[in-house]
Amino acid sequence: MSTPSSPPKKSWSWRSQAFRGLLYQVIAIVVVLVTVLYLAHNTTTNMKLRGIQSGFDFLSSPAGFDIGESLFVFDSGESYWRAYLVGFVNTLRVAVVGIILTTILGVLIGVGRFSRNALIRGMCAVYVEFFRNIPVLLQLLMWYLLFTEVLPASNEPLTLGPLFLSKGGLNFPIPEWASGHVWGAWGLLAGVVAAYLYRQWAYRAFEASGKVKSMFWVPVAIVLACGVLGWVLGGAPTALNMPVQGDFAVENGGALTPEYLSVLLGLTVYTAAFVSEVVRGGIQSVALGQSEAAAALGLSRGQTMRLVMLPQALRVIIPPVTNQYLNLTKNSSLAVAIGYPDVVSIANTAINQTGRAVECIAIIMLVYLSTSLFTSVTMNWYNTRSAIKER
Amino acid sequence: MSATTFEPIAARPAPVKTEGLVAWIRSNLFGDWKTTVGTLLVAAVLLKVLPPFLQWALFNAVWTAKFELCNAEGAGACWGVVSEKFRIIIFGRYPFEEQWRPLISTLLLCALLAGSCMRSFWKAWLVPLWIAVLAFFFVVMYGGVLGLSRVETDRWGGLPLTILLASLSMAMAFPIALLIALGRRSKLPAIKTFCTIYVELIRGVPLISVLFMASFMFPLLMPQGFNIDVLVRVLAGITLFAAAYMAEVIRGGLQAVPKGQIEAAATLGLSYWQTQRKIVLPQALAMVVPGIMNNFISTFKDTSLVTIVSLYELTGAMSLALNSDADWRPFKIEGYLFIALIYFGFCFAMSRYSLWIEKQVNKSKLR
Repeated sequence: MSTPSSPPKKSWSWRSQAFRGLLYQVIAIVVVLVTVLYLAHNTTTNMKLRGIQSGFDFLSSPAGFDIGESLFVFDSGESYWRAYLVGFVNTLRVAVVGIILTTILGVLIGVGRFSRNALIRGMCAVYVEFFRNIPVLLQLLMWYLLFTEVLPASNEPLTLGPLFLSKGGLNFPIPEWASGHVWGAWGLLAGVVAAYLYRQWAYRAFEASGKVKSMFWVPVAIVLACGVLGWVLGGAPTALNMPVQGDFAVENGGALTPEYLSVLLGLTVYTAAFVSEVVRGGIQSVALGQSEAAAALGLSRGQTMRLVMLPQALRVIIPPVTNQYLNLTKNSSLAVAIGYPDVVSIANTAINQTGRAVECIAIIMLVYLSTSLFTSVTMNWYNTRSAIKER
Repeated sequence: MSATTFEPIAARPAPVKTEGLVAWIRSNLFGDWKTTVGTLLVAAVLLKVLPPFLQWALFNAVWTAKFELCNAEGAGACWGVVSEKFRIIIFGRYPFEEQWRPLISTLLLCALLAGSCMRSFWKAWLVPLWIAVLAFFFVVMYGGVLGLSRVETDRWGGLPLTILLASLSMAMAFPIALLIALGRRSKLPAIKTFCTIYVELIRGVPLISVLFMASFMFPLLMPQGFNIDVLVRVLAGITLFAAAYMAEVIRGGLQAVPKGQIEAAATLGLSYWQTQRKIVLPQALAMVVPGIMNNFISTFKDTSLVTIVSLYELTGAMSLALNSDADWRPFKIEGYLFIALIYFGFCFAMSRYSLWIEKQVNKSKLR
């Protein structure tokens, strides 16, 4: 009988696993290093031969091109990095609004597929199959075409109350700037804090007495009331900047360009189809007994969905929905195809003007990598919050 | 206590009909008042939207290729644009008399794709068959031999290019993805780090930036005097991009193989590669077929992006066909709808297949 011996010492013969592991890794590192150096060498020689300058110093020189739309003032004399900033803000403007709208639409359609109404069920299924099987670029092009060809010219726009819709985009009333609005904003902020405190108190009261207090409508009312209070304290400014029909175009008011609208609409409609599938999968993953138990307790179908099914489905839903948010952000780069000045489109112009392809592409990648990283970190934080608390 | 005699109560009425069309409509469309309101609202919207749309798309549509008719008052959709520009939309700038070549090679490629979807075809000889068909595709399309005139790759376009880009990049991405997925699960830190960085880097950036890289930066990366065709560069870009996503799908499959399988293989004295080849991969790959199919669908849709780096695949060919002709340019929306229908047909069929194969693969687990 052999006695249990201590594990053999690591031998460094070429047959040992440890040695081979090390060898493979050394080979991998060498191969990667050599490749990178080789490519870098080629690039520098090519650049020298073609007389391309390198470096990021071009960022501070004047851009020399105008940008169709921007949240802050930009003119062609300003530097490249300002141009990139405009592009980045434009990308964020699409991504953030798009993510919010996609979530709403996606959840509605995903829940709609469980409707008792066959018509609604069917429409949701058709929506999903239709929009997710057509390339998003094609959809963007089609929306853009609809906005620029089918809509009436901007001297005779479609009007819907104070809204004007035409080839020139969407014009809508915005409040005239006044200090009272800042007061209102502070009021809203104070309201959020107050609502949070109220919810804490209500939850403690519920734990203590078992009496259910309103956890949704009362906080909403608190936030709104504080906002209105701040606005009234600030002098209650009511002046609105109304769009008016000019001779050639709609003037004044807030405006959204057709480019922005088509990118936003296209991305939202496309991504919502995927989000709704994720939501549907999440709801289906909740055990059937849960909805039966909820029905046995006398909850209505809406309550069952809201209080029992969705909170449990959320855990399954969040990771894939994060992926969809990232996809939406990355797909916003397709805006370049219809001339919306997002960061890719600015970089494209910059490449054509300065020839610094390497630097410009590096900037694009950096922007998207950091945005992706930020989104996934935020969603991971939310995910850990909503994960099952295991005790 | 007085004894009570048994007195049967009246029988309950028979339940309302629960089968058949009427009962289905009653429960699914007019179940309770909320459902009824929903039905009426949706029906009202449909009645408002659908008839004008059908009027435009079918009843008032112009089917003949005469743009004068399309421009007439009250004319609906101008499907004549499709019959007029059909050849350019489908084949792009490929020389008109030679278009039988892309037709034959694309049909062959499609047949092989369809064949590869059947499980009885999943044999070792599928790999050489793929290589043979792709070689045939390139020879017939490019020409220069067998008396075929040479057609440079910048004239390739339309649906053949779309199908080629999607299938070839997926075929090439598969071995890369397999290695990267194994690398990410490896215990060797350097290899694991490289593979993780690659996957996360690629997944963090949009495809368009990879395509820009392929078209602007690639010439700089190569040694002097070494020129690669733009089609090949774009193909390489899409391949590297698709490989990262596919690697994640395959990694999911690898993770789903129970650890006991690997331990059992180790007990039997199998080496790492033997374990992977004989034990892990056969189980993992069978599980990831639906996932890879979904990858294929998104790659198929993503090929539309090469329009932006001026290769005229289906989307680009369609813009090319109509932008160059002022008479037909106003009817772009019909053209877009036509190619949308083509994309939809392919993607919908593939997604149905993906669902079906998922059921097939999971059959062994349903016991």
